[in-house]
Amino acid sequence: MASKGKGTNQSTHHAGNTSASGRAGNATKLTGSEILWATLEGEGVDVVFGYPGGAILPAYDALRKFPIRHVLVRHEQGAAHMADGYARASGRVGVCVATSGPGATNLVTGIATAMLDSVPIVCITGQVSSKVLGTDAFQEVDITGITLPITKHNYVATRAEDIAPMIREAFLVAKSGRPGPVLVDITKDAQQASAEFDFAAAAPKPHRPHPMLKTESASILAAAELIRNAKRPVILAGHGVLQSRAGEQVRTLAERMRIPVASTLLGLGGFPASHPLSLGMMGMHGEAWVNHAIQQADLLIACGMRFDDRVTGTLATYAPNAKKIHIEVDPAEINKNVKVDVALIGDLKEALEALLPHLAPRDAKNESAWVKEIEASKGECAVRDIRNLPDNGHLYAAHVMHDLWKATEGKAIVVTDVGQHQMWEAQYYKHDEPRTLITSGGLGTMGYALPAAIGAKIACPDKEVWVVAGDGGFQMTAAELATAAQEDLDLNIAIVNNGYLGMVRQWQEFFYEKNYQSTPLLSPDFVKLADAHGILGTAVSRRSEVLAAVGKARGHKGPFVINFMVEKEDSVYPMIPAGSALHEMIRRPEQNPLVETANDH
Amino acid sequence: MLHTFVALVEDKPGVLTRVASLFRRLNINIVSLTVGHSERLGVSRMTIVCDASPTAGHRIAASLYKLENVLEVDDVGQLSHVARELALIKVATTPKTRSMVFELVEVFRARIVDLAPESLMIEITGVESKIEGLIQVLNENGDRILEISRTGRMVMRRGQHTSRVLDAMRVPGMELPEDKGEELTGAPSDALMAEETGFD
Repeated sequence: MASKGKGTNQSTHHAGNTSASGRAGNATKLTGSEILWATLEGEGVDVVFGYPGGAILPAYDALRKFPIRHVLVRHEQGAAHMADGYARASGRVGVCVATSGPGATNLVTGIATAMLDSVPIVCITGQVSSKVLGTDAFQEVDITGITLPITKHNYVATRAEDIAPMIREAFLVAKSGRPGPVLVDITKDAQQASAEFDFAAAAPKPHRPHPMLKTESASILAAAELIRNAKRPVILAGHGVLQSRAGEQVRTLAERMRIPVASTLLGLGGFPASHPLSLGMMGMHGEAWVNHAIQQADLLIACGMRFDDRVTGTLATYAPNAKKIHIEVDPAEINKNVKVDVALIGDLKEALEALLPHLAPRDAKNESAWVKEIEASKGECAVRDIRNLPDNGHLYAAHVMHDLWKATEGKAIVVTDVGQHQMWEAQYYKHDEPRTLITSGGLGTMGYALPAAIGAKIACPDKEVWVVAGDGGFQMTAAELATAAQEDLDLNIAIVNNGYLGMVRQWQEFFYEKNYQSTPLLSPDFVKLADAHGILGTAVSRRSEVLAAVGKARGHKGPFVINFMVEKEDSVYPMIPAGSALHEMIRRPEQNPLVETANDH
Repeated sequence: MLHTFVALVEDKPGVLTRVASLFRRLNINIVSLTVGHSERLGVSRMTIVCDASPTAGHRIAASLYKLENVLEVDDVGQLSHVARELALIKVATTPKTRSMVFELVEVFRARIVDLAPESLMIEITGVESKIEGLIQVLNENGDRILEISRTGRMVMRRGQHTSRVLDAMRVPGMELPEDKGEELTGAPSDALMAEETGFD
C-alpha cells in the first residue's frame, strides 16, 4: 500500500472481522457501506479518489475500518481523472467516489474522458434513499440516466445485498473486452441496511461469449498472406497495444517482417520510439514522413486502433493504395470509418500470437527499399533540429519538451493536458515504454493533466511523474494543487505558458484570419499560486535556464511547479487541416526561425 | 433501407432505454419496436425495425452487443423468416354501413372484436402490407377510421434456427441441438406460404 500523505486523517486500524474478502462460503452480516468497502478491498483496491457528501456519508463513516487510502480531491472531476490516471499508469481499475446530485454530475467530464479512451474506472456515487427516488429530493439527480451513453454500463443498488454483486460485475465489465468506465449508484438506505456478505458468492457470471469475436484460421491465413506479399507495409499501433499488453508481439511482427511502425497519440510508448523501425506519431500533427509513409503504403496493419478522424484526415483519400488488416477487440469498430480487407476481431495479443507462426522472417534485402525510402523522406521532409534553434532570448516549447526528455532520459511518466503542448510533447518526448504517456486523446479534456498525474503518481510512487499542461488547461483544475500538497506527492509540474489558449489561437491564425477572439489569457503568477499552496516553484523564460529548473524540480521531494514562459504565437507543425488529406500538411514557413530539420538528437 | 433485428435482452428495468438510446445516438430512426417475454425466464425478446443505410447492419448489431444487457442479436435481413404484425382498427359505422365492413373483414381474414352502436373494432394479423391494404380499402370506401393501434413487426426465423442465447447460457451437461443456421431451414408448406404471401 502506498504511503499516506501528510494531513490525511486516514485511520490505519482495521476491524479484521469486516474485511471478509476472498473467504468463500463465509457469509458475514455487514452494512451496505461495509459491503461496499469490503468488496472493493476484495477486488484489490487500495486507494480511492473521492469527495464526501450527504448521500454517501454512511459509506464514508465505514471507511476507517478498511485498509483503503482515500485521496480527498477538490472537485469531483478531479476524482474521475485521478482514477483514470491511476488506471492508465498501472493497468489496474481506478476507483472514484462522489456523493449524489452535484457530486455525481461533476464526475461526468471525467467519465466521458475515460469512455472515449477506453480506460477502466469504477465510479461509486451516493444516491438519495430509495423511498424518495424520482421525487426531486435534495441533491437527487438521475446519474445513471445522465451517464448512460458515457459508461460501458451502470447500476443502481437499492438494497444492501445488491452492492457486492454489482460492484464485482462492475469491475469485470470495466476491464473486460474493450475497457471503459462503469458507474454504480448506491442509495443511502442501501448503504445503511445490512445483508449477508460473501465475497466469493458475489462473483459475477463469466462474461457472455461474444459471438462476433472471431479470429478464425481463414482470416489469420488471409492476413499472413497479405503481410507476406506486401512491399510497402506499415503497422499502425494504437492504444490497444498498451491495453492488451501486446508490445512484445507488435515488436516481433515489426522486426520479423521488417515493417515500420507508426503510432497513434494513445499508442505512443507501445512500440519503443528509439527503435529503428519506429516512425513516430501519425495524423493531424504527425511528422510528415509518417503520414507520407501511410499514404504510400500498400498494406496497413492496424493494431488496436480505430481510424479516428484525427489520424486519417479525409477518408476519401486515406491510404488509397493500401490493403488494410484491422486487429481490434471491438467489433463495432470494424469498417466504421475505414473499410478493411481482413478483420481479426479479438484480443490483439492473442490475435498476433495466432498470426506470427504463419510468418517466416523476411529476407533483409527485400525490406530495405521501403524502409530506406522512408528514411530518405525524413531528410526531405526536413523536420526541426533542436540544437540549431536560435537562442534569441525566446523560449520555444519544443526546447522545453526536448530538454525535459533529455533530462529525464525519456523514462518519466508524462501526463499532458490538451492543446499545443500536448502535441509538442508527443513530437519531442520520445517514449520507449508503454504507459509512460498519459493524455486525453478521444475527448480532448482540458484540465486533465494535473488530476490524472496525481492518480498516476499514486499508482506508481517510485516513478518520476511530470505534468505538462498549458496555462489554459492548468487553470481548469488548478485547485487540485491543494490535493497534491495535502498528499505530499513528489510531482513535477511544467506549465507551458504562452498567454493564449494556444491551439485555438493557432486555428484562428490558420483558418480565421488571425482573429484572436477570446484566446488571450491572463493567468495568475503560477509560482505565487504554488507558494500559496506551500509548493515550491520557479519561472523560466530562457533556454539556458531550462535544464537547471528541471533539475531543481527533480531534486526536490514534493510537488514543484515550473512556469515556462514560452514564445507566445508559436504553432504546432506540421498540421493537417480538418477535412484535408493526410499528405496535405501545413508546414512551418521558411522564414520562421524555428526551421524544421531532420536530426533532433 | 429497413433493417430488422431480433434481440434477446435481460428482463430488467432500463434495458429498453439503453436499446432505444443506442439508436438515438446513432441517429437512426426506429420504425417499430416490440418487446415481450421469450421462451426463457428473465429474457425478453425485442424485434426492432429501423431505417438505416444498407451497410449499417453490422455496426448496429455490434453496437447492440456492446450493451451489457443484450444477450443475443440476430440481423434477420434477407434470411427466411415469418413476419407478423397485429393491428386493432376502430371504424365509425352505423347499423346501415356495417355490412360493407363485414365483407372487407371477411376478405382480409380479419375479425370483428367489438361492436358498438356508432363504431366497430377490427383485429387483423399479418404482414405489414396486408394491414396497410385493409386500411387503404377502408379509406377508399369512405369509412371513417377513428383509431389504429399497431404492434409493429415481430419476426422469427423459419426452420431449426435455435437462438444462440441457449448456447451462450448453456450450463455444463445440458445438451442442445446444434444450430445449423439457414442450411437446415425446411421449405415452408404451401399453406403457410399462402397465408403469408396472400396479401403481399
